[in-house]
Amino acid sequence: MNPDAAVLIENVTRSYAISAGFARPTRNLVAVDDISLSVRAGSTLGIVGESGCGKSTLAQMIVGLLAPTSGRILVDGQSLAAMDRRKRAKLIQLVPQDPFSSLNPKRRIRDNIALPLTAQAELSGKAQMARVREMMERVGLRADMGDRYPAELSGGQRQRVAIARALINDPRVVVCDEPTSALDVSVQAQILNLLAKLQRELNLTLVFISHNLSVVEYVSTEVAVMYLGRIVEYATADDLFRSSRHPYSKALLNSVLTPETGKGIPLNILGEPPDPSNIPAGCRFRPRCAAAQDICRVSAPERLSGIGSAECHFA
Amino acid sequence: MAPLVDISRLKISFGPEIAAVRGLSLQIHEGTIHCLVGESGCGKSITALSILRLLTRNASVSADRLTYRDVDLIRAPDREIRRLSGNEIAMIFQDPMTSLNPAYTIGSQMTEGYLRHRGGTRARAMARAEDLLGRVGVTAAGMRLGQFPHQLSGGLRQRVMIAMALMCEPKLLIADEPTTALDVTVQAQILRLLKDLQKDLGLSILLITHDLGIVARIADYIDVMYAGEVVETGPVEAVFDNPSHPYTRGLLDCIPRPEKRMKGEELGSIPGTVPRLSPKFVGCGFRDRCRFASEICARPVDIRQAPGGQGVRCTLPADWHLNQPEGGVRQ
Repeated sequence: MNPDAAVLIENVTRSYAISAGFARPTRNLVAVDDISLSVRAGSTLGIVGESGCGKSTLAQMIVGLLAPTSGRILVDGQSLAAMDRRKRAKLIQLVPQDPFSSLNPKRRIRDNIALPLTAQAELSGKAQMARVREMMERVGLRADMGDRYPAELSGGQRQRVAIARALINDPRVVVCDEPTSALDVSVQAQILNLLAKLQRELNLTLVFISHNLSVVEYVSTEVAVMYLGRIVEYATADDLFRSSRHPYSKALLNSVLTPETGKGIPLNILGEPPDPSNIPAGCRFRPRCAAAQDICRVSAPERLSGIGSAECHFA
Repeated sequence: MAPLVDISRLKISFGPEIAAVRGLSLQIHEGTIHCLVGESGCGKSITALSILRLLTRNASVSADRLTYRDVDLIRAPDREIRRLSGNEIAMIFQDPMTSLNPAYTIGSQMTEGYLRHRGGTRARAMARAEDLLGRVGVTAAGMRLGQFPHQLSGGLRQRVMIAMALMCEPKLLIADEPTTALDVTVQAQILRLLKDLQKDLGLSILLITHDLGIVARIADYIDVMYAGEVVETGPVEAVFDNPSHPYTRGLLDCIPRPEKRMKGEELGSIPGTVPRLSPKFVGCGFRDRCRFASEICARPVDIRQAPGGQGVRCTLPADWHLNQPEGGVRQ
């Protein structure tokens, strides 16, 4: 397929059996439904969608924390399924959403950052600490913070710690799952600038998951819009934000509140987000789509055909 | 017309070390949406809580004036505050899951305050609850009354909170980050609902948020808070068209926008972190992070008129930002 893809996702599906209560048959919830994507080395893929669309499930599969029910994921040309944990830790890392619960509160900052280095047994303690100091400087943490505990740091500082920890093994790919949604806007700007700088310096490939479209637009080169477990539109960031094709992407873009007065609140026809355990037949977006026709009720639209396509009968 | 809520030089401190609100003045006029905007820890929620005497006991509150209509909210007896809360002044919070009681049905929670303030039969209260749920866009309202909070989605729960707040026909609704936990699509619906309620019922709303996008779209008046003080205040158009405090300009510059990405520009950022100030601190709370700061910023700074008509608490000349590059405060 694509030889220079840093991440290759092929027909990946993840389903969960959910209990409907005692002595009732379990139902099947398909959180990620037959997704294929490739992420170019050195680029940033943004993934957007509402809560429950499966974006975090996809992120966990990309970092290998969760195995796909079917399909496979290649990072740097190697299958994650067959990979040893230590090797995986050197290839791909996660920056989690909540910097308050993702650091070990009983370990000092430098030990939190050094943790992934256990994947490299050959490194001496002294070399490890030198590497920690180097990373701390890179992400803009003062050296004396290494002795502190997570509780003594602000949200933005903790997210810098999480980033330093993710980068300490020099991975090819970093998956950021809503890395700024718990932060204030001025701190968010600091973290986004930091990620951009690190990406340039280290030639990182980023997968950036967020529900905030303005953030995704700012950081991404390509964007995948997810809806109920499927990617319904895949486009370059420029194209998506200038001329989106899928009615769902249009509705999402329309809901963004830019800080401009006099524009009022956008009229939103989307209604409540859907129930992922009860996916409608035909086009899964039909119940919320203003442009739906008869055909959308009976047949599912054609699958995505690479960049610049949308899963819609009329796109 | 006299303001509905009139706050003058409000000070709130916790113990001898922490000054959370440092002389805040604010007026909410009848029938308007008033936004209090700022980052975590700036004192915006504490200010709102002080209106209904909801602060913890270790808070010491003083003010030259803190009134709702002709009620002195500092000196009135508790009985009077209880008569107002949930009745004339209602409040909704950020997270609808933790502010609803998981062990009671929607119907029983919605009617509790109404029965207490207004009396009457339970059946009549339930009918009113059903009516209001329909009004805020909850489908199958009758069925929802018998459901528990966990059976509803986040957006529905926030609608329930709003309907519950409206039960006693309040004059003032205080909404503390009402859409922060919601998806953007649902956020737009909830904000539209609040705007419609303001127009249809003549409701006054004090909306607390950290999101300048929300403020720009919904507010009539805005107060930007930093470190326990209002740093910029006025009609929303004046502040957004011509932001005059370095902090307001810095905040606006932090927001990712399409034009910036196209040009490959970095986002603006405000260096440093929000300080924790003691009651002894004098002068501008922003001065340690402000690149325009000088010695006079360590003296008390008053609010003065900016060219756009808004008030701004800053020592810089009124036209300082006119010769700044776009975005102004980048380091």
